[in-house]
Amino acid sequence: MVENRPVRDAFAHAVLIVGIVIVAFPLWVTFVASTLTFDQIVTVPMPLWPGDQFMHNYTQVLTSGSEKGSSAPVGAMLVNSLIMALSISIGKIFISILSAFAIVYFRFPGRQFFFWSVFVTLMLPVEVRIIPTFKVASDLGILNSHVGLAMPLIASATATFLFRQFFMTIPDELAEAARIDGAGPMRFFFDVMLPLSKTHIAALFVILFIYGWNQYLWPLLITADESMYTVVIGIKRMIAGGDASNEWHLIMATAMLALMPPALVVVLMQKWFVKGLVETEK
Amino acid sequence: MAEIVLQGVTKSFGKTEVIHKTDVTIDDGEFVVMVGPSGCGKSTLLRMIAGLETTTEGEVRIAGKRMNEVEPKDRNIAMVFQNYALYPHMSVYDNMAYGLKIRKFSKDDIEKRVQRAAGILELGPYLQRKPRELSGGQRQRVAMGRAIVREPAAFLFDEPLSNLDAKLRVQMRLEIQKLHRELKTTSVYVTHDQVEAMTLANRMIVINAGVVEQIGAPLQVYDDPASLFVAGFIGSPSMNFMPGRRAGDGVEVGEGVVVPLPPGIRDKAGEQVTVGVRPEHFVAASGSGPVFKLHVDTVEALGADSLLHAGFNGTLLVVRIEGHATPQAGTALDVSIMPGKAYFFDTATGKRLKA
Repeated sequence: MVENRPVRDAFAHAVLIVGIVIVAFPLWVTFVASTLTFDQIVTVPMPLWPGDQFMHNYTQVLTSGSEKGSSAPVGAMLVNSLIMALSISIGKIFISILSAFAIVYFRFPGRQFFFWSVFVTLMLPVEVRIIPTFKVASDLGILNSHVGLAMPLIASATATFLFRQFFMTIPDELAEAARIDGAGPMRFFFDVMLPLSKTHIAALFVILFIYGWNQYLWPLLITADESMYTVVIGIKRMIAGGDASNEWHLIMATAMLALMPPALVVVLMQKWFVKGLVETEK
Repeated sequence: MAEIVLQGVTKSFGKTEVIHKTDVTIDDGEFVVMVGPSGCGKSTLLRMIAGLETTTEGEVRIAGKRMNEVEPKDRNIAMVFQNYALYPHMSVYDNMAYGLKIRKFSKDDIEKRVQRAAGILELGPYLQRKPRELSGGQRQRVAMGRAIVREPAAFLFDEPLSNLDAKLRVQMRLEIQKLHRELKTTSVYVTHDQVEAMTLANRMIVINAGVVEQIGAPLQVYDDPASLFVAGFIGSPSMNFMPGRRAGDGVEVGEGVVVPLPPGIRDKAGEQVTVGVRPEHFVAASGSGPVFKLHVDTVEALGADSLLHAGFNGTLLVVRIEGHATPQAGTALDVSIMPGKAYFFDTATGKRLKA
């Protein structure tokens, strides 16, 4: 629709700008605070333009953490977070695409039962089963480890369900054509299904990476050792007590660091992400 | 190249038998069309030959070997599907080469075979394209190319032209004919379109509700249908049927019109007889034979000929006449049946009464 209505256009833009400001302002404040000294932050009003402590603050959190709260370096935490988020997202995709493939393309006794039992777990939030899960993890001796951080979160009903729905839209004839061409099930999976699922895999990866990165409750329970902290937990640990004792400039720098990777993943994979959600390539 | 034999074959899904005992022999190099209405079991039969469906009873033999327990890939057949079933993410070349790659053909051999098939099907310029960048007709040619490169014992076509528009369908029909003339590979072709069946088949198999009604060359089936179903299904517009009652040596079909029974079948005809007449077998009433006094309802002028729809005794008869001698709708028309062109069927069993 091509229309020329300056007043309406101006109004529409005004609404959008206000929206952006509301969303972006806290981020701006976080960024500004991460470039100030502690004293500058606690002055009222806090300055709204970046200071000159950028390099200093970030170098300090990355290498040696805060002084009063937890003293674990954020660099290591970022690595932990990355390992956890990647293991969760790759593990989830791997497991769920295979189980969806089995459920859709193979006839075995109890197929419906297994599908529904996977499906039913969708209804249970993580918090409900977190104590038993902790008990199991502790018995397996994987507390305070990367395995413990990632493994219990890998099983995914949602992803299995999504892949199942996608596989069911692929015409049966494709599988039959492959059978006549001589491709066995796994060959068919790798040569045909996997390339066709590319965009779905990418979209899921984005969602799951953010899900994994932002995990809070589970890492909080399972990590006692500072060397295993994820960055989200790190922020929590830095907030030690009363307002005055928190080094807000360092906490804000950590927060900035914590939100960069998910933002990067979204920005870099945006094209794929949208494609996966809207386009079915058949 | 191979002969395909179905011997006493049946197929059941649970307790429902969808294919009743069927015996068919398809000769080496023959082009056989299985034709029937949707849901009659023709595709199931084809899929049993392909090995995509199991055979409940009986035996499927290809080139003399029992195939019941053999996987589709080892039956040495290639199949063309209605929706093409091309691999969407592979180029035309890779689509055709995929089956050969799996069978571990050498690179050179694959290249040679694909190029040859592309030449036959005029796909040369499109080899690097993806299926979605092709038109429907081109996609179907790729699907056929995928079958050709394998040089299989038999081609199985499952309604390959049903997704194409009318014009393309005619064109592809000719191409399939040409292809078969060149390659002389045994082909089994499933369709619900009797025009395709008539034009392509060496022999056609007319199937209804899981039963083979008739097997024969297209014109033979057209001229000499074995049953009410076959007579009605083959031919367009289809044969006119007039249910009637035995009256002496003839069949009274209503309004006092009695169609005489030929001497040979007088003894076989029961009380209820249906008379069938093809639209083109009506002629302007002359002295001999019964006269149908028709009232023309609608006229479809098609150019070369015209179809008159006219009410007679509560049914609508279709009469085909030469194109420009068209009577107006609403006028009266007297016609009679060409000598020897009336077909008689037992109304109860649907079987043709034949001398």
